[in-house]
Amino acid sequence: MAHHRSDIPVLTAAEAGLVGCRHCGRVSAPGTTPCPRCGFELHSRRPASLQKVWAWLFAGLVCYIPANLHPMLETRFLGTTTSSTIVGGVVDLAHHGAFFVAAVVFIASVMIPVAKFFVLGYLAWSIQNRVALSRHRRTQLYEAVEFIGRWSMIDVFVVAILAALVNLGIVMSFNPGAAAFFFALSVACTMVSALSLDPRLLWDMAEGTDPE
Amino acid sequence: MKHEILTAGVDGSDELIACTVCDALHNVVEMPAGGRLRCVQCGAVLLRADPKALDAILASAAAMAILVISAVFFPFLRIQASGFSSSARLTDTARAFAEGLTAPLAVALILVIVVVPVVRAVALFYALLPIRLGRKPVRGARKAFRLACELRPWSMAEIFIVGVAVALVKVGGMATVSFGPAFWELTLVVLIVVLESSSFCEKTLWRTIDLTSRS
Repeated sequence: MAHHRSDIPVLTAAEAGLVGCRHCGRVSAPGTTPCPRCGFELHSRRPASLQKVWAWLFAGLVCYIPANLHPMLETRFLGTTTSSTIVGGVVDLAHHGAFFVAAVVFIASVMIPVAKFFVLGYLAWSIQNRVALSRHRRTQLYEAVEFIGRWSMIDVFVVAILAALVNLGIVMSFNPGAAAFFFALSVACTMVSALSLDPRLLWDMAEGTDPE
Repeated sequence: MKHEILTAGVDGSDELIACTVCDALHNVVEMPAGGRLRCVQCGAVLLRADPKALDAILASAAAMAILVISAVFFPFLRIQASGFSSSARLTDTARAFAEGLTAPLAVALILVIVVVPVVRAVALFYALLPIRLGRKPVRGARKAFRLACELRPWSMAEIFIVGVAVALVKVGGMATVSFGPAFWELTLVVLIVVLESSSFCEKTLWRTIDLTSRS
């Protein structure tokens, strides 16, 4: 990319003995808190950032298991009741030939959450260990995870809409399953996990570990 | 765009900004309209000189509030099959979860698709409208803007719309679905969110609030 030149020695706020605000970028003397510009708590690096990342990530992972085991949606159509899990719902959609929508749901409810567990875990681990991936790449991963995480909620909304909208007496109705609750909780936990990660920690490593 | 890295000590007169992604220190330099100050180390946008940014944010905040509130009162979908029909409003979708284990989810749902977007819009107006009108920020402007920033990831009206689209495909084969006016309004929300996020630069807005309250 043309806009950054990583060959130039860069002075960080922390190295200059100053504290940069995580939210507004204002530079303050150490010991100042809250930030005089935005009023958020001021830390050079967010305290216990990694512990929070791991804790929320683990909570999200724990919730993701029942989210996949319990039914997400119960469908009653002409007297027969069928219930489907998250993956089951995707398979149903594909059976009906709605491949594009099946892909959307699969990406939002399976691929994104699973990828998020791996990426957040990898990023947190990479802060404590030397890894091959450059700081730029890892920052891009972090930003992608932070941006895309909320979109996992799609399936919960789908269930809510179906259950609310489709109540045609004996003909057809939908009921939400317990998985909706666990899945929403899992997404929320991983969102908090991503928000807890202080990206500046990714940049604190010595130059030598960055191959770029 | 010019930008310099601070290599010597801090002399106090020059304004500094630290990259919120990688902590690199920068001098804030004058930028032409439309210019961006990017971090020399990680490439993140530090500041943007966009004279239309406040307009865009306020316009989208107003639209967001109006659209979400009206979507609460008007049905956004109607469905028919074998002589039965039902229609749903935004609040009904939350009621669908109002039993047993999923009950807390109903509350969360109303929060992320109705309350949070509207509260955010109000907070943005409170914090930024006086600045747009050339006045000093009112008391509590920082608190309001801080709230708007914190709520940002939890405002999910646009994700809800995509959920509606997926739900329609699921029932499409079994019943006839027709859209109410609120559905089209909600679709507009998606476009508005895109518009808003393109002009929303937290650091620039904080600096604007800071500079305007000093003068």
